Amino acid sequence: MQTLFKTRYEDDINFLAKTGEKVRVGLVIAFLIAAPLFLQSYYLSELGFLLVYAIAGIGLMILTGHTGQVSFGHAAFLGIGAYCHSILIAHGVPFTVSVVLTMILCGLVGMALGRSASKMHGFYLAIATLAFLILVETLLGEWKSMTNGHAGLAVPGMKILGISMGKAWQQYYVDLFFVLAVVVGASNLFRSPTGRSFLAVRDSELSARSLGVNVEWVKIQSFGVSAAITGLAGVLLAHQLSFLSPEVFSVLESLKLMLMIVVGGLGSILGAIFGAILISVLPIAISFLKDVLPPNIGQQAGLEPLLFGVIIVLFIVFEPQGIYGRWMKIRYFFETFPYYRKSSFVRQKSYLKTERLR
Amino acid sequence: MLPVNDVIHLAVTGLAQGCAYGLIALGFVLIYKATEVVNFAHGEFMMLGAFAVLAWSEALGGSFWPAFILGCLSIGVVGYLIDAQIMRRIIGQSSASIFIMTVAFGFIFRSLAGMIWGWKTLMLDTPFSGKIVLAEGLSIGVDRIAIVAATIILCVVLYLFFSRTRYGIAMQAASQNQLAAYYMGIPVKRLVSITWAIGAMIAASAGALLAPVTQVDTMIGFLGIKALAGAIVGGFGSIPGALIGCLLIGIIEPFADYFMPEVKGVSAYIVMLLVLFIRPQGLISQTFQKKV
Repeated sequence: MQTLFKTRYEDDINFLAKTGEKVRVGLVIAFLIAAPLFLQSYYLSELGFLLVYAIAGIGLMILTGHTGQVSFGHAAFLGIGAYCHSILIAHGVPFTVSVVLTMILCGLVGMALGRSASKMHGFYLAIATLAFLILVETLLGEWKSMTNGHAGLAVPGMKILGISMGKAWQQYYVDLFFVLAVVVGASNLFRSPTGRSFLAVRDSELSARSLGVNVEWVKIQSFGVSAAITGLAGVLLAHQLSFLSPEVFSVLESLKLMLMIVVGGLGSILGAIFGAILISVLPIAISFLKDVLPPNIGQQAGLEPLLFGVIIVLFIVFEPQGIYGRWMKIRYFFETFPYYRKSSFVRQKSYLKTERLR
Repeated sequence: MLPVNDVIHLAVTGLAQGCAYGLIALGFVLIYKATEVVNFAHGEFMMLGAFAVLAWSEALGGSFWPAFILGCLSIGVVGYLIDAQIMRRIIGQSSASIFIMTVAFGFIFRSLAGMIWGWKTLMLDTPFSGKIVLAEGLSIGVDRIAIVAATIILCVVLYLFFSRTRYGIAMQAASQNQLAAYYMGIPVKRLVSITWAIGAMIAASAGALLAPVTQVDTMIGFLGIKALAGAIVGGFGSIPGALIGCLLIGIIEPFADYFMPEVKGVSAYIVMLLVLFIRPQGLISQTFQKKV
């Protein structure tokens, strides 16, 4: 186990203090940069989807994992981001400007939703965001002059600063750039007073308020940041899909995002990335499973949602901290070998948290 | 403007539909009051109920009422086990986890129902058929009347159960303060499981009674989301509030569909969002500011 001696301010604000962390993160980034060299284009585009979902997951994680505000409507921001960006670049707005405008628009919509949601709590919020998503999906379907309705909208090719970025590997590098930017930005956010106040509101609104945190404004900020990041994911998703229709941004997509962060591990940025890896690998694993299982079980129509559901239930019951929690335990085991004890991670007895008193 | 007769017709259909939502919402509110868990799988309990009644009535050779009772009881057992085996373990976890858990149950139930009974729409034979003519040009199906009657009967029975019986009063106590109820010697765990069973049985009966209107399909669970919207409009913590909200949604819906066909099907959510923006706790509030 490495003991840290903090002698300078820079040591204190270092993201990757330990050598092991530096090595691991370095290896992952090196792998991601080198990936186009040895991956076929199919797997490369799958990896691109993974990166896009990682961005969306971090967006939702900031809101749900770090600020404690449940949103079932985040696919709406994916949708708004994707459509807004596609319409803008179809009208000749350059990519860079369009991305910024889209993120601002999503952020503003998010803040407006957060403004009205800052008074709600718990499941009222969850169901209000769900209704918001249903309305956005209807709007995308009905506003035919703008979105071409259910017939679908073709996304123009990606062109950054006049250079065409149509090839799979070019798009992949754009995705990778944005993922790294978002990860660094989000980690930085939680070192700042703003990010710290997010965490304070999650842990107890009452004590945050007594410490002088403006709870309503924090929630609005959190919604705004989260929506802007999810909107960015929407932009990249539009280029990945290259054809948009309102059904893509349905309740199911929202649930997928929610599944990602809950199974990945609420309250950590790494968890969102783990979640993205899980939902990218799971369909491949399930299609593999379908070939292995006897046909009368493997070919059943409902197998995929069934397995999704069972995995969620098992994770929440047996590993509430998600994949991130499991990863922490494994890491702790090796770092403190042979001193790992099971009781280090025993859960406290928990009681009903009432929402009627808040 | 609409002719008066059409207005009355839309209002009567809406009222019946509102009662249907109310019937589903009853179970939601019960479970919420006892455990503060919003059961997003409630619509799926309803769907399972309809399938269970169908299966029992096939097994019993077509008689509705015995099948109805057996079907509701079997879904009650499912509800009891869900709480006793799973929901009990995750008390105190973050609300996001609990929501996603109940949603996951919805997925599991829907897939299982599809695997067992197939993905096609099935018919359930009920004794409620035909129409009753209320006035000239105005008639209402017996199945609708059955729903209204069932809602009223269930409300009265539940009211009597909660205000008169030993179990009901213990449940009220447990829902107000679990720890205090536990200290008074009330078996809180068992009561919560029984509440889940009752909620599931109400949902199952709603599923069976709605079967003539909605048919029996793996997708009818989505009606639950609309019932949820109705319950929120009225205020989730109180049964009368939830019923009023559901009736309101039910009555607004046919008119909104008539006048604004573009938003067909989503008017309930618009109403809900409006109410939440103006009164975030619903029309009848049940939350209180915590005092330190």
